[in-house]
Amino acid sequence: MKLQKNTRLALYSVLEFAADPTRHISAAEIADKYEVSPHHLAKVLSELARAGLVESVRGVGGGYRFAGNARRLTLMDVIEMFEEFAAPDGDRREPGERTPVGRALGAVLSEIDEIAKATFRSITLATMLRLLARQQRGQAAARAPERGRDGSKVKAP
Amino acid sequence: MTVTRATQPPSAGKRESPPREPAGPAIRPVRRGDLEPIVALDARVTGLEKRDYWESLYRRYGSPARTERQFLVADAGGRVVGFVIGEVRDWEFGAPPCGWVFAIDVHPDARLAGTGTRLLEAICRGFRRAGVSKVRTMLSRDNNLVLSFFRSQGMMTGPFIPLEMDLDAAESAPDAGAPR
Repeated sequence: MKLQKNTRLALYSVLEFAADPTRHISAAEIADKYEVSPHHLAKVLSELARAGLVESVRGVGGGYRFAGNARRLTLMDVIEMFEEFAAPDGDRREPGERTPVGRALGAVLSEIDEIAKATFRSITLATMLRLLARQQRGQAAARAPERGRDGSKVKAP
Repeated sequence: MTVTRATQPPSAGKRESPPREPAGPAIRPVRRGDLEPIVALDARVTGLEKRDYWESLYRRYGSPARTERQFLVADAGGRVVGFVIGEVRDWEFGAPPCGWVFAIDVHPDARLAGTGTRLLEAICRGFRRAGVSKVRTMLSRDNNLVLSFFRSQGMMTGPFIPLEMDLDAAESAPDAGAPR
């Protein structure tokens, strides 16, 4: 599944903010970390602020901070702000959609969409942050050299 | 799977107070006297009383001597506030032996206190004692409350895809699909 650029930026941002709700993070810092245009990111952040998920903090050390509830806010809540999930109206149908093959293909694509939506709805930001922490622990453990009982390095066979 | 349903879907609300620490109901094997509150809890959550079903489950899963089957309850000072049921299944769907959780529920008045987490942790300990290292479950994709709970415990979508079909429709489609 491919998310639009704005959606990914919004998810990156809210997860950065939710990881430490007390911290003010500047748009430039996030733009730099994810290698995106600050101008583009600003539009996404202003959308998030309008929805009440982040709030801007002015002045020295200002930026944005998280204003939502990480245990309640789901990926779907954020994604829905930027992606169109509703069925296209009559004027926007794709060519061939009303043919028998088009309808059958539409049923399969709809099946996939429903699974994706259920997945996004079931994952809160708090759950994502735990997943992130587990991944980081796993990567750290994989990088750590294997050691014997006496603490000495053990060579791989 | 017997699971709770969300009465109020989670929403993008404002900050709430920090989660309470688990209050600490005792997790223990089910007893016959627990069936009444379990039937009542299930009926309250699902809107359907299934006494015969629970009697049958108790007969099949209520013996603590069978380590591969577990029926545990959360006991808060003598009041049953939740339960979990599961078993180790060998080579089902071609998979190596693993634990399956097929019922979990917490009384609506006792939620958000870590009871579900304690129940799941307890049944997972039992699965480890039974020699398996993986736990699975399956539930309706519109059951957002319990899906979110399992996700919060670290569960991810597994390698299996549940499939179903309408038997009446299949009967009227004699030429349906490979393999033969």
